[in-house]
Amino acid sequence: MKSAFFKSLPVLCGYVFLGIAFGILLEQAGYNALWAFFISLFVYAGSFQFVLVPLLASGASLVTAAVTALFVNSRHIFYGLSFLKFFRAMGKRFPYMVFSLTDETYSVLCSCREEENTGEWFLIALFNHCYWIAGSVIGAVAGQLIPFDFTGIDFSMTALFAVILLNQILDAKRDTRLCALGGLLSGVVCLLLFGPDRFLLPALLLAVCCTGAISRVGAPVSKTSVVPAKKNALEEKEETHR
Amino acid sequence: MISATHSILLIAVSALITLLTRALPFLLFSGKRRMPAWLERLADKIPPAIIAVLVVYCVRSVSPAAPGELAATFLSLAVVVLLHLWKRNTLLSIAAGTILYMALSRVL
Repeated sequence: MKSAFFKSLPVLCGYVFLGIAFGILLEQAGYNALWAFFISLFVYAGSFQFVLVPLLASGASLVTAAVTALFVNSRHIFYGLSFLKFFRAMGKRFPYMVFSLTDETYSVLCSCREEENTGEWFLIALFNHCYWIAGSVIGAVAGQLIPFDFTGIDFSMTALFAVILLNQILDAKRDTRLCALGGLLSGVVCLLLFGPDRFLLPALLLAVCCTGAISRVGAPVSKTSVVPAKKNALEEKEETHR
Repeated sequence: MISATHSILLIAVSALITLLTRALPFLLFSGKRRMPAWLERLADKIPPAIIAVLVVYCVRSVSPAAPGELAATFLSLAVVVLLHLWKRNTLLSIAAGTILYMALSRVL
């Protein structure tokens, strides 16, 4: 419990203040704290909720909302892949783990993926969700009253992702470092090509392709007999992992 | 402000689609349909690459047009990285970087 709390602590800072920002925005659009509570409880998607506010305010059509949600959240499709078998083994908690897999929870879970302490994973996911709900309710109720200017506190999310990435690079093999580098380059290249509003999805796709290429290059495969050799390399790799 | 019913419907649709994006891999590979071996191996390897993209995502809006923010962001990120290489203390690195960023973004 304590360990789960410490792992979620960086998210606490980020979520509470981002949540407050969302609450203020929603309140300004004419929705009170009760709305903030239920949106954060049921939708629970950081960046999308900021997009949802103008959709609500302008009375957008349901189709518009659905398409927007699909585009803004499509990155989440990649997250479940790495936790497929782990979450399935979590019984009653499985649906909640899928529902609550945000960017931040995904990152924190990745940082302790090897430990496979699923009880702790559940607590981390639950804590993060609570921070987000608390932040958005605080924002809607008292956002305007908070005297201190918290501008810039959301940098804690950037720092969190950077630190998690660094940890993965530091205690990993050469392959993993190359994958991280590939991801970084994919991000930068796609950002320059597509601009800040559109780069995320192509960047993720490119990053996954890079990872595929790198892990294949890294495996001891003889290129002459592609199919059987690949299979052997796979099995060898799995054995060395265990 | 629009009607409460339409608001609730909008929120419900949003919640449903968000959940769908998160559940899609689980829906695709459920029951007898197992993930192919190559995808399983790939899925095992993608977290570092995805988190690297998320780091870029966080700094996506910095541009040379706002040099102050650009400098604050990259100086703070550099401090996070160096401090983390030195102390390996996750919370310390994040707290120091964030406080520095908040200070720098007011000064620069």
